[in-house]
Amino acid sequence: MIELRHLVKTFRRTRVLDDLSLTIADGDRIALIGSNGAGKTTMIRCILGEYVHEGTVLIDGLSPRDHRTRVLGKIAFVPQMPPPLRMPAGDLVEFAARVHDSDVATIRQVAARLGLDLEEVRRRPFLKLSGGQKQKLLIAIAMGHDASIFILDEPTANLDPAARQIVFDLLAERLDRTMIISSHRLEEVALLVNRVIELDRGRVVLDDKVEEAVDPSLRLDCEIVLRRPDEAFAKAIAEWGFASAEDGLTWRGEVAGPDRLRFLGMLARYSGIVRALELKERDAAACKEEQAHVQA
Amino acid sequence: MSAVLQAARLDIVESVRARWFAIYALVFGGLIAILFIFGLTESRVMGFTGLSRMLLTYIQLTMAILPIFVLLSTVRSLVGDREAGVYEYMLSFPISLSGWFWGRFVGRFLVVFLPVFAAMLIALVVGLFMGAEEVPWRDFLWYSALLFSLSLCFLGISFFISALARTSDIAQSLAFVIWLALLLFLDLMLIGLLIQFQTPAEVVVGLALANPLEVFRIGAMMLFDPQLILLGPAAYMILDWFGNAGFMTYALLYPLALGLVLAGIGFWVFRRTDLP
Repeated sequence: MIELRHLVKTFRRTRVLDDLSLTIADGDRIALIGSNGAGKTTMIRCILGEYVHEGTVLIDGLSPRDHRTRVLGKIAFVPQMPPPLRMPAGDLVEFAARVHDSDVATIRQVAARLGLDLEEVRRRPFLKLSGGQKQKLLIAIAMGHDASIFILDEPTANLDPAARQIVFDLLAERLDRTMIISSHRLEEVALLVNRVIELDRGRVVLDDKVEEAVDPSLRLDCEIVLRRPDEAFAKAIAEWGFASAEDGLTWRGEVAGPDRLRFLGMLARYSGIVRALELKERDAAACKEEQAHVQA
Repeated sequence: MSAVLQAARLDIVESVRARWFAIYALVFGGLIAILFIFGLTESRVMGFTGLSRMLLTYIQLTMAILPIFVLLSTVRSLVGDREAGVYEYMLSFPISLSGWFWGRFVGRFLVVFLPVFAAMLIALVVGLFMGAEEVPWRDFLWYSALLFSLSLCFLGISFFISALARTSDIAQSLAFVIWLALLLFLDLMLIGLLIQFQTPAEVVVGLALANPLEVFRIGAMMLFDPQLILLGPAAYMILDWFGNAGFMTYALLYPLALGLVLAGIGFWVFRRTDLP
């Protein structure tokens, strides 16, 4: 359980967290939303014991500042911005595995699921990897750790739809854990969580339960028929892994359940040329079977 | 202990890939190469020939270069890491703050000291192969010990500054000002104090001996000039207060202690302030 009591954090004269009190129970999966400067990252850093502050932060009854190794041993963290580390990716993975008491093989497996070949990037400086590769590696390190609390700050910001689907699958496999997923936009994470907390100027302005209606591992089969072929649309839809018949009018592909709002948002830009659209939930058992097949 | 070793290893891996390290290693390796190329091993100045003369020149040049290099590169990379979000991520791992801080200190010390030491060792080995008549092992060991002490001292100052300063601009400015002050108090300011303000000689010599650069300089000088004739009248006081062996012990231990105390204060500040 994570308890924040009367948390106040001030930078110079700006009060970024303003008497914030919050209790996060085990198994809560929280979408932490709010605009820039709302205090999301500051709150996360307080939970990680990285900031000194007024008030109390307790994780399973322990202060993360005073009991760093015990508390942080339970937490897996993915930052919003990948750090500019010069060390080879392999060294980072080995360091993380050592201090987390996890193993490199597990991290390698998760990275492979995300489409990142750890062997290929092992010797390359982390700094020189592409934005997507860095993000995948950080997610693999976090997911390779048997943590009870996952703190993810905009985890899918640099990922393509296919990799995002894998992240959703990975999170779906850990639905019994506590999660704090920070995002600017609720629709990015709404279908993964069971609670939404919105911060504004360092205060909780919304704390609501979310109906767990959608299985995060769910996939939707989609077919789109256009009025006429369109180059910009073809480029955009190809990024989602869609393929077209030769005429460029009919496009078929699949969309991750938690990604549906983002997908529809993209599609809205081309609504003028869409003649027909079908989104159909695939059978859950089939999805799980397919997922198991991919893992194998 | 394991946390210290892991953080040290991490810092070494990070540092050796940084541009500053390449330049740093190149400067000291280059210095030795230049001293060989310009035939300093064959020159005779004030009775010193061969490798002794070269080591002496190397140590004097090192005194000019090492402190500012250590100060600027260390504060820039430590505070820069904090600004760039390295601390945010790396300190989210379950590693103790003391392990992280002292591990980085140890790692950075090795990165700073080893190239200077290696350059000196290589010079001796090369000199040996080039047919040097006598290898000055005693000088080599003393210079190594003095360099060890000086490196640690300035590393301690750097970690202290890095803990206090929140931006790399401030950290670099502070480092530069400290280096400049120490440099000015080698001679210029001390002479000014004596002549302009009639400050008692004991105070002036006391001030000089509080300056780790001056202590290093006198220590290095004492190895080839045990009576400190080159130093002038201040030598009487120093030899009177310490004696020869006493001063060499002081020259080794004082910068070492100063560096460790300042790094300790830096750690105290580090663990009581925001980490990223």
